Amino acid sequence: MTTAVTQRQEPAGAPPGAGSRRLTERVFRIRESGIIAVLLVFVAVTTAIQPAFLNEQNLKFLLINTTVYALLALGETMVVVSRNVDLSIGSVLGLSAYVSAGLFGPHPGLPVPVVFLAGLGIGLACGIANGLMVAIGRVPSLVVTLATLYIIRGIDILIVGGNEVVAQTLPNSFTSIPRASVLGVPYLAIVIAVVIGLGAYYLRSFRSGRELYAIGSNPEAARLAGLPVGRRVLAAFTASGGIAGLAGVLWAAQYQTVDSTAGTGYELTVISAVVVGGVAIFGGSGSAVGAAIGALLLSSINSALNVLGISQLWLEAISGFLLLLAITLDRVISLRLQAALRRRSAGVGT
Amino acid sequence: MEPDRHRLGVAAQRALRWESGLALLVVAIVIFGAVSSAQFLTPTNFFNTGVTSGEIAIMALPMTLIIISGEIDLSVASILGASSALLGYLWSRHWPMLAIFVMVALVGIVAGLINGLLVTRVGLPSLAVTIGTLALYRGVALILLGPNTISNFPASYTNIGVIAVPRTDIPWNVAIFIVLAIIFGTVLHATATGRSIFAMGASPEAALFAGIRVKRIKTTLFAVSGLVCAMAGVLWTFRLATAVQNNGLGLELDVVAVVLLGGVSIFGGKGSLLGVVLGVIAFAALQNALLLTNFNQEATGIVIGALLLISVFAPNVASFRRAAVPRWVRGRFGAQSSSIGADHD
Amino acid sequence: MTADGGSAPGGREPGGREPGGREPGGREPGGREPGGREPGGREPGGPEPGGREPGGREPGARGPHGNQPSAPPGPAATPTAAASAPATPVLALEHAVKSFGAVHAVVDGSIELSGGEAHALVGENGAGKSTMVKLLAGVYQPDGGSLLIDGQPVTLHGPAGAQDAGIAVIYQEPTLFPDLSVAENIFMGRQPLVAGRRIDRRRMHTETGQLFTRLGVRLDPGRVSRGLSIADQQIVEIAKALSLDARVIVMDEPTAALSAAEVARLFEVVRTLRAAGAAVLFISHRLEEVFEICQRVTVMRDGRHVLTSELAGLTADDLVRAMVGRQMEERTAGERGAPGERVLLVEHLTREGVFTDISLEVRAGEIVALAGLVGSGRSEVARALFGIDRYDAGRVVMRGRELRRASPTAAMAAGIGFVPEDRRQQGLVMDMSVQQNVALASLGRLRRGGLIRSAAERAFATDWAVRLNLKYGQLIDPVSRLSGGNQQKVVLAKWLGRSPALLIVDEPTRGIDVATKAEVHRLLARLAAGGMAILMISSELPEVRGVGDRILVMREGRLTAEFGHADASEEKIMAAATGQHQEQAS
Repeated sequence: MTTAVTQRQEPAGAPPGAGSRRLTERVFRIRESGIIAVLLVFVAVTTAIQPAFLNEQNLKFLLINTTVYALLALGETMVVVSRNVDLSIGSVLGLSAYVSAGLFGPHPGLPVPVVFLAGLGIGLACGIANGLMVAIGRVPSLVVTLATLYIIRGIDILIVGGNEVVAQTLPNSFTSIPRASVLGVPYLAIVIAVVIGLGAYYLRSFRSGRELYAIGSNPEAARLAGLPVGRRVLAAFTASGGIAGLAGVLWAAQYQTVDSTAGTGYELTVISAVVVGGVAIFGGSGSAVGAAIGALLLSSINSALNVLGISQLWLEAISGFLLLLAITLDRVISLRLQAALRRRSAGVGT
Repeated sequence: MEPDRHRLGVAAQRALRWESGLALLVVAIVIFGAVSSAQFLTPTNFFNTGVTSGEIAIMALPMTLIIISGEIDLSVASILGASSALLGYLWSRHWPMLAIFVMVALVGIVAGLINGLLVTRVGLPSLAVTIGTLALYRGVALILLGPNTISNFPASYTNIGVIAVPRTDIPWNVAIFIVLAIIFGTVLHATATGRSIFAMGASPEAALFAGIRVKRIKTTLFAVSGLVCAMAGVLWTFRLATAVQNNGLGLELDVVAVVLLGGVSIFGGKGSLLGVVLGVIAFAALQNALLLTNFNQEATGIVIGALLLISVFAPNVASFRRAAVPRWVRGRFGAQSSSIGADHD
Repeated sequence: MTADGGSAPGGREPGGREPGGREPGGREPGGREPGGREPGGREPGGPEPGGREPGGREPGARGPHGNQPSAPPGPAATPTAAASAPATPVLALEHAVKSFGAVHAVVDGSIELSGGEAHALVGENGAGKSTMVKLLAGVYQPDGGSLLIDGQPVTLHGPAGAQDAGIAVIYQEPTLFPDLSVAENIFMGRQPLVAGRRIDRRRMHTETGQLFTRLGVRLDPGRVSRGLSIADQQIVEIAKALSLDARVIVMDEPTAALSAAEVARLFEVVRTLRAAGAAVLFISHRLEEVFEICQRVTVMRDGRHVLTSELAGLTADDLVRAMVGRQMEERTAGERGAPGERVLLVEHLTREGVFTDISLEVRAGEIVALAGLVGSGRSEVARALFGIDRYDAGRVVMRGRELRRASPTAAMAAGIGFVPEDRRQQGLVMDMSVQQNVALASLGRLRRGGLIRSAAERAFATDWAVRLNLKYGQLIDPVSRLSGGNQQKVVLAKWLGRSPALLIVDEPTRGIDVATKAEVHRLLARLAAGGMAILMISSELPEVRGVGDRILVMREGRLTAEFGHADASEEKIMAAATGQHQEQAS
């Protein structure tokens, strides 16, 4: 006896899923290029109103301002992509800025690279501490880095006492770093752009970088697949800390007066930049380049306010609003996309 | 199988353990304070401590419910700041104080509603939303006041920081806190809404399937938080007799720290208001003790941060051996990877 | 909780196996046989598999191979020497033991897989299949017994270890990385590299394409995996297994959520895998599929190996009997009086992409069973009725009044109670106590002046515990401590406490032991006799037929059949559920 199975005809047609792929790709490309488009539109509009926006002086200033945030955005991207968050970067920056630049006081002839190494070292130490607690302790990174935000800032305050690093103590070789330029473009901006490019390349084209995305996209699947989750998360936080340390040294070179408030509040601005730049707050997608563009956008808004004569006081509100707008749009788009995909797969061959 | 009036369920046991630990901590802090400064145990000192910690304490109450329900609100200090700025702004425009109060309350509720609706209707994660509104509302404060400072409030209001509730020694801040704590505590632990809040934090799906109106309750919680923070903003302004745009800057982290210290789980579904009250006391006492020993005030963050870490690692230490050690560490030490048999009845 | 040692061994079947032909009706153990066990023994509350199990479903008819009458297996078959001694099995578990605290999930589990075969593992919910899978996957290590690869004892250190050993597992709910592309999902951690340790995307995509060609499917390697259908996700997982040169591919209930066309495609893939020399372990409740695609079968019951045999010569009844070890449950339906007035009326309910044009009614005092395969949309309909999900068209009328959509509050006020499919995530708040869970939907009734009266709550919970014969330690224990059956009773108590006019139960007895199962069925019958209207979703045919007064069948989002109690046979129900038309040739 056989059981004859009557089946329905499968509809012939396009390769399964091709339409869905095009749809999702289109949507993602919109997101990533969207931020660039917004930036360009913004610059265009501002320049139309006030051509001084694009003059050399202003651009230089803008680029310099962006470098610290963009650098921090790189480190934060690595963490956020893995479904974590690092709230301590502002405190790390502050500590590093003071300690590293403060080395010039008692050691005036110190070679500049040593100072950078000092800042890097401080940052790495903080990052490793964060990473170990998150990876081993299985405590949410929000809480851990909230605590270290406090602790590191407190250490900074204790070390600083009532002092500050004063511009005079800093050698020219140090303070000229942000100002040096090549063909009119600040040297520093180029270096940072390269660094960010390298970082983005790492995240995109190296196994350990991709694993960070996997961990953020589905932590359980990552564990099941045998990915070294703890190690990767530790690495991400270490990188974030180290980058914040470096950013601290740059900050000192730029602003030259460092007290215990350096870097306060930076973490939230950076997270805003990162999310606006297309990195999903729950991880799994986004790029460091997008995040850097987000930082650039926020800086541009800052600069535009300056140039347009609008009070700087609007910046905070605008950046908060942009963040809300970005995540709302992302959510709405994602819901529509899911509904569309559901309708498609319901109709195709099933 | 039966009457267990005198025995306690697991949740209650856990809470009790935490609160006893906290109570011990408070005692330890008090001893430390008393030993390091003669002024610690004086009524004046208690008064001042109550006054300075009042706003954080008050804001910690709705925050507790929000975190238990599975969300978080990082915009609390910004709502405080915005309401303070609004207060100053309207006062400088000669509005009558009563109207100002109403306006500030409304704005607080609206600010909370925005949070709540973005989280429940649009479905955004509260962490991201309140990071955004943190900036947005702080920005509003900045826009309202600019660099100005308003400080010409009538003494009858600004005295709130100085005189006690009539016929008692309790500062107004503390009195308000006590009343609110009783209200919030009752709601959380003795009403259906409170039970629902625990349920939605512990098992969001199950709460939904039990007919609990998760969205409505969460939105209400955010709105209430907005209202309470606005009120705290008013208190803060009068206490300092100043409305300035950076009032309360950075306070949100203190509030979250106090709540977590009180034994509320960051994951939601667990915690008690009593624990938070103890946490508030511990926090306030510690800050005060450090103040009296001339410990750099701004560095007390170290201690707060350390307490925060302890409060989240302590529960994990017990299960450290089993669940918390990730495979890559265990692998190195060759231990067996036994899994949580959670999917077996 | 361990299975009680059985009493009478129930006779030993003759051993030996005939090379390929059919047996006149005897049972072939092909190997070990621990002996039967008396059906009277208590079944433990077995472990619930991690994913969802659709529940047993027997086609009731004969398997596709046998030409024999469905006579009970006789002792007639004489032992014959095994003509072909099996080559060393690729993978074998021998006398495995695994416990989780007091839960003995596997007591004596044995299975062996040879290259090139498709081997089925069947058993009821709680038989230990899922634990066996996790042992093979390296997720757990056995407490006792041994795991052999190519005859050598081996310890697998975690899923990575299993992967290295060439074992791949396709779980019921595939776990992909939704934000990453298909190709990346397959090669995560092992992406092909170019000089400088950079990922070679082109090669990754090409190799992915080749994998899909080998499998005979068409999927775009570059597309993001979010939004892929379950069937496609499984294919991606299989491709991943192939890319790992897996020699053993374990499929855990792979067809649970697939359409007929997708199942056919999957079976082609299985044949391809077999032809390439891999061993496929196929865990399923769908016996007709087992007969279609597999060569051998292993049956487990209560954590023990019961039999391993060639499928040729076995009937579905044989398997069922081995799985269940007892006769089918007695029917409780049909003993009630005529149903009363209409309680629920559903008209043309539609949710795009999920279910279409559902119209049904349930009267007071009747139990309407909604049968169908997993993925047919039944739970979605139930959720839409209760207001958890929305619907796009149609209407729901409760006791004459139209029900507001997408509002559980309105549904509850109208008198609907809903016992959901997923007990642990949806039915209970696992961290809360028994008492709190029972009271969760009735808090309005248990308070005075806004405050919950704990004495009233306690009395309420105690009352229901007694009525449902609930076994627990203390009312304040967390509900996670209870066995599956008792947990289900808590969920029932929660809703019954509201005296609903309509009770919707989704898979009422999934993952619970036999004794409690019977209790629940009796309870449902009692409730119906008392006038409650009950809509019961179930994937277990005996339950559907035994408990339902009327049986509705859904397939792929539509109602395809309705049967009265008398004219419902398991074949007919299954045919309507799968869209197959069985021809009784003989």
